[in-house]
Amino acid sequence: MTAPVQTEPDTVTRTYASYSRPVWQRILLTRELAIIALLAAVYLYSTGNIDNFDNPLTLYYLFLDTAPILLIALPMTLIIITGEIDLSVASVVGLSSVLVGILHQDAGLSIPVAALVAIAIGAVAGAFNGFLVAYVGLPSLAVTIGTLALYRGIAVGLLGTTAVTDFPEKWTDLAKDRLGSDTSSYPVILVPFAVLLVLFALLLHFSPFGRGIVEIGLNDEAAHFTGVNVARTKLTLFVLAGAVSAFAGVYYTLRYGSARGDNASGLELQVIAAVLLGGVSIFGGRGALHGVVAGVLLIGVISSAMRLDGQTVNVINIVIGVLLVLSVMSTSLLAWVSSLRSARTGARGPSAPPPAPTPNHPSSTFSSTTERQHP
Amino acid sequence: MSTDTLLVEPSAVSPSRRVIGGLLRSREIAVLTVLLAVIAVTTVKSHAFLFSGDSWRDLLLTPSILLLLAVGQTVVIITRSVDLSVGSTLGLTAYLTGSLFVDHPGIPIVGVFLAGLLMGGALGLVNGVLVAWGKVPALVITLGTLYIYRGIFLTWAGSDRINPSDMPKDFLALGTKQVASIPVLTLISVAVLVIVGYYLHTARGGRELYAIGSDPDAATLYGLTVSRRVVSAFVLSGALAGLAGVLYAARYGTISSNAGSGIELQAVGAAVIGGVAIFGGSGTVWGAAIGAFLLVTINRALPIVGIPDFWQRAVVGGLIIGAVVLDRVLSARQERKLVEARDQS
Repeated sequence: MTAPVQTEPDTVTRTYASYSRPVWQRILLTRELAIIALLAAVYLYSTGNIDNFDNPLTLYYLFLDTAPILLIALPMTLIIITGEIDLSVASVVGLSSVLVGILHQDAGLSIPVAALVAIAIGAVAGAFNGFLVAYVGLPSLAVTIGTLALYRGIAVGLLGTTAVTDFPEKWTDLAKDRLGSDTSSYPVILVPFAVLLVLFALLLHFSPFGRGIVEIGLNDEAAHFTGVNVARTKLTLFVLAGAVSAFAGVYYTLRYGSARGDNASGLELQVIAAVLLGGVSIFGGRGALHGVVAGVLLIGVISSAMRLDGQTVNVINIVIGVLLVLSVMSTSLLAWVSSLRSARTGARGPSAPPPAPTPNHPSSTFSSTTERQHP
Repeated sequence: MSTDTLLVEPSAVSPSRRVIGGLLRSREIAVLTVLLAVIAVTTVKSHAFLFSGDSWRDLLLTPSILLLLAVGQTVVIITRSVDLSVGSTLGLTAYLTGSLFVDHPGIPIVGVFLAGLLMGGALGLVNGVLVAWGKVPALVITLGTLYIYRGIFLTWAGSDRINPSDMPKDFLALGTKQVASIPVLTLISVAVLVIVGYYLHTARGGRELYAIGSDPDAATLYGLTVSRRVVSAFVLSGALAGLAGVLYAARYGTISSNAGSGIELQAVGAAVIGGVAIFGGSGTVWGAAIGAFLLVTINRALPIVGIPDFWQRAVVGGLIIGAVVLDRVLSARQERKLVEARDQS
């Protein structure tokens, strides 16, 4: 590449596209805030126009039902930011659900001990994924499609078509308990979620490890040369995903009071849809946890509002699918619009320097990756 | 290093040795061997698996639907994409088939097949256009359309389902009919397989799909119509899923709301087991077809060899992982050989 270095002394162009816009734009015009604004708009609209939506029970069940997705979305975000994917999370949920059931019923372990064992096994399951992806160097899509079938198969194989349902009421009630008064809309599961959210936010956004995650997603070779231990980082993330999914499995079991092999099947697609809706780039290197939490809640609010409005789950699925497609298309659409605009202003040259500030900065950074990975 | 000598010169070896060596190393033969071994072991265990009345028919008939999906999936994966929406497409066209018979009694069977193909092709076209011109990874788009198509299917079907009594006898008979002891559905699937396989192997369009999958940038620079080829791969995959939906209706007669759900992962699994690299550019539909046969046959064989059929999915998962690891090991060995060849020259 012999692109002439263009020096334009009279216009101040920053090297880093992200810093070429004023502060308020950088803070306000992001994917994350767009999703949060959409969430707020949908929430306000539903409160005003849909009967019973303002009932505290609505919010309570919303949290209760989306809790597994909220939990698993945390490690999934980190994994997708590195450019990998984990399709096996829902199978780990099923596996840990079955393990809790069997360990409690057949081995006579108390619930906390059984839960700890299940979480440990979930971490091992994640480590297996992580080892194959990070150290053997296999594509995570293929590996986790395999373990999706494998872990689900072990779960179904262990219990067959039977279900374990005799759990102590103390624990099943705890899973459905509320914070504070009996009419509060906030279930207890939000406490471990909040703790995990803070931990994952610190890990991703405020630690060298987290910067390494983003760097791997942008360019893993460059990350390697700047001293990031790429393989170990990926392994760690898959282990975290396994452990958190197993914890979600324990919650799922107690929440519904039943351990079955096919618990939570298909949940992985919901998690990934929510994460991508929350502004995480599937190519890696971009994403933030507040967007992801808003993405999960957006799907939750839309589905509970539509259900209260008398729509079936099918229409809700269509809406979620359309949202997912639109949200990922928006990046390319914005890039396309901005390329049209820069073409019109005539600022063109063979491989021009980073295209003039686009309305959506990350899209410009990623369009090159996009083109490289997909026609 | 001189530039006019190749690192590896396949043409230096005599043609017959090349053919034999290629066959020995080929993934298709390896998977076929495993398939035959599974059939042999199961038959030794229980003669009924191969020799009783319907079992020979079932052996060929059961994989035919997955085979179609695996062929379509392979074509898409070769271009470095993936199509997760085929299960929903299958469900939707299966229901379309049933409702066509309900609404227009006396519609010719050929018309139903055409409708299924067109419907599936249209759904595939939506995927392809979004993927190729949206510049968004196929995984995400087809995940979205998986939801959308299934939602449309369920909204349309509501709570009613199609029963065998809704469809003409001729059509249902097609599901189990045999010609020279080979089921008609299998013949249809194999015919599709042969056509697609021949096209991929010899036609310019087929080779271009491989080129796009190995290196999209190079393909663009070379002047290939990348977007159009990718769209047509998705249309093909959708149309085959549509055809599979019609066959599904003929085979099972009952179409409930969960028709085809989860089968997309089996189709990807069959392709991966058959040696189709998930990052595109290599693999054949023959391998994927044998992979589909292997998956289905193992499912049927497990209970016979005494493993409860609940473990089927675990075995399938193990197979997929085994196949991916094997691919990795083989390609690492190939790379080492090439490096050695370079160092010697």
